[in-house]
Amino acid sequence: MKRDRIAECFARCRNEGRSALVGYLTAGDPDVATSEKLLLTLASRVDILEIGMPFSDPMADGPVIQAASERALEAGASIRDVFALAAKVNNAYPDTSIVLMGYANVPYSVGFEDFSKQAADAGVDGVLIVDIPPEEGAVCDRALKKNGLHRILLLSPTSSDERIKLASDAANGFIYYVSLTGTTGAEMGETAAVKQQVEKIRAFSSLPICVGFGVKTAEQAAKVAAFSDGVVVGSHFVTQIPQHSSDRNAMVAALKKAASAMRNAMKKESV
Amino acid sequence: MIDPIYNLDISHPPDINGHFGRFGGRFAAETLMGPLKELEEAFYEAWQDKKFHEERFHLLKNYVGRATPLYHAERLSKEVGGARIYLKREDLTHTGAHKINNTIGQGLLAHRMGKKRVIAETGAGQHGVATATVAAMFGMQCDVYMGREDTERQAPNVFRMKLLGANVIPVDSGSATLKDALNEAMRDWVASCESTFYIIGTVAGPHPYPLMVRQFHVIIGQEARAQCLAQTGKLPDVAIACVGGGSNAMGLLHPFRDDDVRLVAVEAAGHGLESGEHAASLAAGRAGILHGNLTYLLENDEGQIQGTHSISAGLDYPGVGPELAAMLEDGHLDLDTATDSEALEAFKTLTRSEGIIPALESSHALASGIRIAAGMNPDQIVLINLSGRGDKDMDTVFNLLRGEIEGDQA
Repeated sequence: MKRDRIAECFARCRNEGRSALVGYLTAGDPDVATSEKLLLTLASRVDILEIGMPFSDPMADGPVIQAASERALEAGASIRDVFALAAKVNNAYPDTSIVLMGYANVPYSVGFEDFSKQAADAGVDGVLIVDIPPEEGAVCDRALKKNGLHRILLLSPTSSDERIKLASDAANGFIYYVSLTGTTGAEMGETAAVKQQVEKIRAFSSLPICVGFGVKTAEQAAKVAAFSDGVVVGSHFVTQIPQHSSDRNAMVAALKKAASAMRNAMKKESV
Repeated sequence: MIDPIYNLDISHPPDINGHFGRFGGRFAAETLMGPLKELEEAFYEAWQDKKFHEERFHLLKNYVGRATPLYHAERLSKEVGGARIYLKREDLTHTGAHKINNTIGQGLLAHRMGKKRVIAETGAGQHGVATATVAAMFGMQCDVYMGREDTERQAPNVFRMKLLGANVIPVDSGSATLKDALNEAMRDWVASCESTFYIIGTVAGPHPYPLMVRQFHVIIGQEARAQCLAQTGKLPDVAIACVGGGSNAMGLLHPFRDDDVRLVAVEAAGHGLESGEHAASLAAGRAGILHGNLTYLLENDEGQIQGTHSISAGLDYPGVGPELAAMLEDGHLDLDTATDSEALEAFKTLTRSEGIIPALESSHALASGIRIAAGMNPDQIVLINLSGRGDKDMDTVFNLLRGEIEGDQA
């Protein structure tokens, strides 16, 4: 029986009285070799690592993650690199869960059967495809399930009760609550409203709920951690890359610092 | 009174999730699923409402100038020496292309839903102009996303949109063309869906757009069908339209779907299919998922969307409407392509033989139509959708034909 590292991760965090830190980086950004260092750096400081699969048309992403996709594709990153990077993280940090995140066309082009098999072989635990809502699950659900991969689904402020129920029934692993109506990296609004929605989702689902899109500061992370099972930080980590584009060592150091700061803030506030 | 030639039944509908066979659907971010459902309900509700159609047909008649004529191009037919060629004159509509049929429909729907702001993506600028026009008429705020490259090659349309009070937002992301404008409009809509109506300009995108845009354009084929019967006593043998996303093609061809009429979609072959520089998603692409629907796409082996090329900005799109993909796979549609130079040749032929300057998009349909008609006989009829007029293309054509035309004068 395959380990359910995602369930283990949330159980561990619960025992430690804290929320899980979920960190995102786009695979292959700014190039495959540096990406490996960055992903390993982040993997040692987060509970769940989200690895973005670069795509030419990232419609749900704001400028920071769009640029990350462009850099990765320009550097020649392929889906094979995504799997190879995931496998390296998996070997180095066997307790860190790995989720692949991206858009439907890349796995669809590989074929969901092959894609799921290769992802599982690389040690991936779950897959989050932004543009495959529960209604369109027919293209991927069977293949993911067959290979023991969790299907992570999103919910948003515009999700009706009916949709919350639909997603709760179809999701496994955890639910990713999008804190705002907008793209990744936009400004998060009042935390009170986010809290209210998270509590509403709990009425429908016993899955852990992680909150993301718009968490940029340690203070925000701490606030969100107080009522969620996990906090997703993406653009804030990704933005370290262009800020240190001329010095790879400084880039890794900046990411290390940003990830540690998030981790410490969440620990302190939510115990 | 609505003329009975306009059939308001929704024929060949998709399934409840918007699938046409294995294509279509609603591959959208969760945030948009609620607004898409709301839009679908509003569309069906309006479509059942006689008042909505009365208002729509009132505008189509008195504002757009419908019905557009069906014109027997006798000199062109003679020159080609085959079948009789008939042109559906969408170029004579207000704003100069078929696009306005759809923006009137969606504009009315936006108005009905109480939205104060509309957004649109545009390639050649025709859909942007048609949206800006309708926004001006209804008094709605309008933002149009347009790839930076397109704003440069279609500068007169950018100015037209600005004159009409729209805000034109150049898009620099990705390849800075139509697909990127669509991405950016989607990103806007994700953040603004409460107050904003997104007027998509083609029969693509997440459900209900492919169905809705088709329904707002089938008026083209319904008129052409009745006009052809009235003028010739029979239906055309072949009906032909160019395809970028496919809105004018669905508009003309769909009403003939259950008839014994050969339906031909003409894609832009750019510098030639073998050159790799074209926009022929059906002819040279494969099934994939982009912009909310499963359809034929131009992509590399890794599923990354490819840059496209066509002389006409309006055909320069790496995808195609899902219903066209389904019709092609089901054998309801024939496919043809025309290169940049074939389109330009057809552009010149029509201009000189009939005194009609067609849009470069429509010139692709003409190139194919002329080729097909040449192999037929005079008791047969070829119907071509002249989807737009060529005024907007004067800069492009001027640069390409300047030497040749000035040589003529010398």
